[in-house]
Amino acid sequence: MDAAQAIADLKEISPQVRDVVVLGADGGAVGSNLGEERAVARLAAGASSLIEAAEALRPGVAQLEAATLAGSVFVVRDGERLIAATTTPEPTVGLVFYDLKTCLRSIDEPPPQKPARKRAPAKSQAEDAAS
Amino acid sequence: MPPRKVVTGFLLAAGSLAGSVLVRRRAARKRERIDFYADDGSMHSFAEGTPEAARLLPIAHELLGA
Repeated sequence: MDAAQAIADLKEISPQVRDVVVLGADGGAVGSNLGEERAVARLAAGASSLIEAAEALRPGVAQLEAATLAGSVFVVRDGERLIAATTTPEPTVGLVFYDLKTCLRSIDEPPPQKPARKRAPAKSQAEDAAS
Repeated sequence: MPPRKVVTGFLLAAGSLAGSVLVRRRAARKRERIDFYADDGSMHSFAEGTPEAARLLPIAHELLGA
């Protein structure tokens, strides 16, 4: 499933979720429900900052919730990929984590880039004649 | 003491205790906090005022303020 479809499904099943961004292994945004590129970059940068700060404080953090009076920010990591979402205040924490994980895992990973194959050096005519 | 009064007193005490627990829980939910969930299944919670929350909550405020 592509990121846009997975995020659309997430928004449909979880009305508490507001803004979502999915980051790929390279740290770049793979998908989001935000229209403006600046807003996507802002949420992506904030999510990366949160997980980096969390990792510095407690290594091995797989997911986190920052709960404020204005709402919550959730960040979930799955391998090298990451999904971040903002929610309404006092969300159903377990449900949001589950929905975010499901969304992230349903997004197809891009196929790894194959290294360019080297061509075997062409045989010279002298070699051909010798064989 | 008549048993009816004992039961009434017990019910009143139990009700007060349950009410105070509910009020405390609601008040705790209204506090800002950061919860970390680690790969090993452990969870750490940091309420506002702790150094951990002081470092992460401003980032969350910025994201939610947009």
